[in-house]
Amino acid sequence: MIAARGITKQFGDFVALDDVTIEIPDGSLTALLGPSGSGKSTLLRIIAGLETPDRGVVEIHGRDQTHVPPQRREIGFVFQHYAAFKHMTVRDNVAFGLKIRKQPKARIDARVNELLEIVGLAGHQKRYPNQLSGGQRQRMALARALAVEPRVLLLDEPFGALDAKVRADLREWLRRLHDEVHVTTILVTHDQEEAMSIADRIAVMDHGRIEQVGHPRELYDRPANRFVMGFLGPVSEIGGRLVRPHDIVIELEPSPGAHEAQITRIVHLGFEVRVELALARRDGVFAQLTRDEAQQLEVSEGDIVWLRATNALVEAPDPA
Amino acid sequence: MSAVALTRRRPAARSGALALGISTLWLSVIVLLPLAAVVVRSLDGGVGDFWDAVSSRQAVDALRFTVLVSLATAAIDAVTGTLLAWVLVRDRFPGKRIVNALIDLPFALPTIVAGLTLLALYGPTSPLGIDIAFTQGAVLLALLFVTQPFVVRSVQPVLIEVDREMEEAAISLGASNRTVFLRIILPNLLPAILSGAGLAFARAVGEFGSVVLISGNVPFDTQVSSVYIFKLIESDAPISAAAVSVVLLLVSVLVLAGIRLLGRWGARHDR
Repeated sequence: MIAARGITKQFGDFVALDDVTIEIPDGSLTALLGPSGSGKSTLLRIIAGLETPDRGVVEIHGRDQTHVPPQRREIGFVFQHYAAFKHMTVRDNVAFGLKIRKQPKARIDARVNELLEIVGLAGHQKRYPNQLSGGQRQRMALARALAVEPRVLLLDEPFGALDAKVRADLREWLRRLHDEVHVTTILVTHDQEEAMSIADRIAVMDHGRIEQVGHPRELYDRPANRFVMGFLGPVSEIGGRLVRPHDIVIELEPSPGAHEAQITRIVHLGFEVRVELALARRDGVFAQLTRDEAQQLEVSEGDIVWLRATNALVEAPDPA
Repeated sequence: MSAVALTRRRPAARSGALALGISTLWLSVIVLLPLAAVVVRSLDGGVGDFWDAVSSRQAVDALRFTVLVSLATAAIDAVTGTLLAWVLVRDRFPGKRIVNALIDLPFALPTIVAGLTLLALYGPTSPLGIDIAFTQGAVLLALLFVTQPFVVRSVQPVLIEVDREMEEAAISLGASNRTVFLRIILPNLLPAILSGAGLAFARAVGEFGSVVLISGNVPFDTQVSSVYIFKLIESDAPISAAAVSVVLLLVSVLVLAGIRLLGRWGARHDR
């Protein structure tokens, strides 16, 4: 298990981490999810030893690593901008950690070949990083980090510099890789879809604190607070309660507990139909319907309807 | 990241014919014509005279000393210049901006004044008690003074741009600070170090003002080619002077080409 306990870190006046405690189970793929400035990268760098906490303890497999230099933490770190050794070939990049450990050449060769096979760069051994695409560079960086058989793999926004298509592919690929290699992995991301699609566990962070930790579905269905709910998906507010737009039922007749609203716009997004509504004294609400539901309802813009929340998640604290 | 490498990779927009014309004219008038004139002048007395002028013992000794002391200058500059650039980029200390501004001063000081100052400091009347005037070491010292900024100024911008995450990646893979410097940082600085050292070498080969006084101009010992050439002109042998100059130029071109090749080899996979 990887644990960070009571971690506090300040940069000047800015509190990057405020008494953060988190435990990462062995073999899991945990995402640290949060907006920029939430402290997620700082926490990752503290676990790696690239940053020193002002207070708190980092443990890897039960042993205090707080004052162990990063060289001896047996971690693999992958950076957003690849951090490729651009003066070395792909092969030398991947072999770097093994050469430092003075492994016999035959073993290095075997290990490098194996890893390049796994990451799909077997034919690119002699290339230099500038001859690779961004996605290939990042896969090389992953192979480089995995080469030393780290106890934990730390990924800092690893797909952040890639375009959407490559990002989605690599995301899938990383999930499969994790299922094969099983190395405990911590992934920092600001992309909730990325976190939801590949992580076993998500820790949502904001303002240097962890707001909630749990399984992606648990976080989506039972968010601890308004921030977590809003960060994981769209939110509409009806009658002082926060609901997911797909949990709103539109009715044509008033009934107890339903809230009157006027349809301002209907947007067809393929399978999903987004109905934008103005509530009395409140606007900016929308409901998500499937195409079939929308057709059955037979409403149009300007109609008065009644809204009912089937699954309100969080009570809005102050209906201001 | 030389300009050559960049234009090779993505062809820049064509410069207009006018710009090309002006560049050619300018280079011709300022550089090529004078160089050609020196070569022509050196052959005024025929090939035999040319050979006599450049193969005299004094000429050969001066040339050998000039090239060796210039190479030594470039090598020392490479090390100290890299160190200075490192301190200026990576370290924090009070007065850093002032030190940074001081780096260029050897360029601003007339070299003859530099020579006088060095003679006063390290000559027979040295207040420090160090008298190395009229030795080969004194020549080296003078050359180090006037060439000091080259490597610093070529390495500094490259060092600023070196990807810190590359270093962190190496550290996370277990590299010690020493290994990070030798295996990660130095290879990335090498092209800049070589190009700075190349400039320092070229400047040292032709340097006159700062060495003319402190070298004492002892033939077969501290006499450098530039001062020897000056003596030839003074003793009314301009053709011999031109001949020695041509050889000096040739040697410089060869050494610079060698350094450039090394640099290109070092930067072959720069992006």
